[in-house]
Amino acid sequence: MPNIKQIDAYRWEVPKTGDMRVPGRVYTNAAMLKVLEQEQALQQVANVATLPGIVQFSLAMPDIHWGYGFPIGGVAAFDWDEGVVSPGGVGYDINCGVRLAGTRLMEKEARARLEDLVNALYQNVPSGAGSTGSVKLTVSEEKKVLKEGSHWAVRQGFGEQEDIERTEDNGRMPGADPDLISQRALERGLKQLGTLGSGNHFLEVGVVEEIYDSHAAQAFGLFQGQVTVLLHSGSRGLGYQICDDFLADMGRHVKKLGIRLPDRQLACAMIRSAEGERYLSAMACAANYAWANRQIMLHRARQVFEEVFHMGPRDLGMQMVYDVCHNIAKKETHLVEGVNRQLCVHRKGATRSFPAGHPALCERYRAVGQPILIPGDMGTASYVLLGSQRAMEETFGSTCHGAGRVLSRTAAKKKSKGRSISRELADQGILVRWTGRSTLAEEMPEAYKDISQVVEVVHGAGISTKVAKLRPMAVVKG
Amino acid sequence: MTTPSYRLIDHTADVGIQVFGSNLADLFEKAGLAMFDVICEFKDEKVDETVQLSVDGDDLADLMVNWLRELLYLWNGKEQLVKTIAVRFLTETAIGAAIGVEAFMPEQHRIQHEIKAVTYHQIQVEPTPNGYAATVIFDI
Repeated sequence: MPNIKQIDAYRWEVPKTGDMRVPGRVYTNAAMLKVLEQEQALQQVANVATLPGIVQFSLAMPDIHWGYGFPIGGVAAFDWDEGVVSPGGVGYDINCGVRLAGTRLMEKEARARLEDLVNALYQNVPSGAGSTGSVKLTVSEEKKVLKEGSHWAVRQGFGEQEDIERTEDNGRMPGADPDLISQRALERGLKQLGTLGSGNHFLEVGVVEEIYDSHAAQAFGLFQGQVTVLLHSGSRGLGYQICDDFLADMGRHVKKLGIRLPDRQLACAMIRSAEGERYLSAMACAANYAWANRQIMLHRARQVFEEVFHMGPRDLGMQMVYDVCHNIAKKETHLVEGVNRQLCVHRKGATRSFPAGHPALCERYRAVGQPILIPGDMGTASYVLLGSQRAMEETFGSTCHGAGRVLSRTAAKKKSKGRSISRELADQGILVRWTGRSTLAEEMPEAYKDISQVVEVVHGAGISTKVAKLRPMAVVKG
Repeated sequence: MTTPSYRLIDHTADVGIQVFGSNLADLFEKAGLAMFDVICEFKDEKVDETVQLSVDGDDLADLMVNWLRELLYLWNGKEQLVKTIAVRFLTETAIGAAIGVEAFMPEQHRIQHEIKAVTYHQIQVEPTPNGYAATVIFDI
């Protein structure tokens, strides 16, 4: 268990020891740290710090949790010329992310038709294990999806052009080469476009319960009592297969070079190497697939709303707030000790947090800062945050992504025995539709950390600040 | 179908199995069947076809991960559920087996867990006084 020393109320440091090239920097609070110290996550923060080319700190956000090699809730930036890229630092579910849209509806209107709404959403946005009901693709069309992401989807009529500028990276990562991904990944991607997936993926209809920053909220198009749609999903089987393929690939690569890693799941390659470039290109394919996927599903939700509420698009006014990734590696320029450097920023279970004035933001948000979407678990709040200059200075423009689990699935199921989770939620005014026998118990609210604590830490540390809180009304889960 | 001899490992975010076999071949067979038991509860051993599989690895642990990944692909990639396994050859770095599979039918097969990947996390394949034991964590 690595040593850890407190810097201030929200920052702790894991001092540089042994093979670590940089210290670890953990954003948390005293209460959460106690739990953290029992886990492997801090050791993983230290392990990541041993990788070549890592810059400044091995970072951990307050929702940190042990993961495969890299911890979830981890951020690590590597020098583009001298550093490595690692699939474990991105995660299996490449571009797992969140999309939020607001509407012109108020809570009362939605409640009047909530049951019809949630049933229609469940029918029209396929979810669940092995689910299909997807958008039909040929291989050549699929390759276009992989190259063009959201742009492909909008061209096909899924959504609006303005959705694109409200998506991180405009919903298309450059450099995606579909010929570099395996047959298996292509096969798995063929039948899942437009599907939600299972586990902690969901589609949620919510209400803006509280506004903390009225200026930012207004810029984001959010107001109190407004009905919102929140979508949490990733690159499905395609992303998983790509991660799998490259973990094996890089594992062999590392072995061939005779590099010893503290954990084989930290398998990596120099960014400027054939293996590194291949991974980044394949990762971009998966990222684009996920953006196309969220673009399609939100559009389907829009159509469901229009039908259930007998409204046209203008009256419904479903407009995107933003779409963020929380499992990705990005080429970004950051000021490090007064020098601009090109870095490969790995965010695994972490979200980009860019401030006002950043050129990556669309004109609409450049004056205010980037919206950050933090999904809560089923039954509790989600948050919208604002990106900050402090994040640029301390965390390579990054912040948390959500609440991590505290109970294992078995423990959750045990705890839920004799209880009807769906009825408990219904009593709180939350309707849920789901597939799979175990899924609901496993995803019950008590199985997750308290998201408000996570958000308080990042807000208190100043790396992203609170804009609004959303309360769920209806959830569709796989 | 006799329940494969394994136990579920409790993990905060994912699912793990600990499997026991009387010998190495038995271990690999049981591990494969255990993984599919986690995915779907079966009521019989009916198979539609038999698939031949060959996998290699750098060492036993690597072999176990690669083996399970190949089996998992039958489900994730081809919607085939593994019902029977007969190992034909096995060394510390290679395995060949005949796999009996059944095509997935939603009305008949209730999926319990969508295992998305086999991870190297805490992977272990170790001899025991009675044979062999393996620990594998799945991402679900």
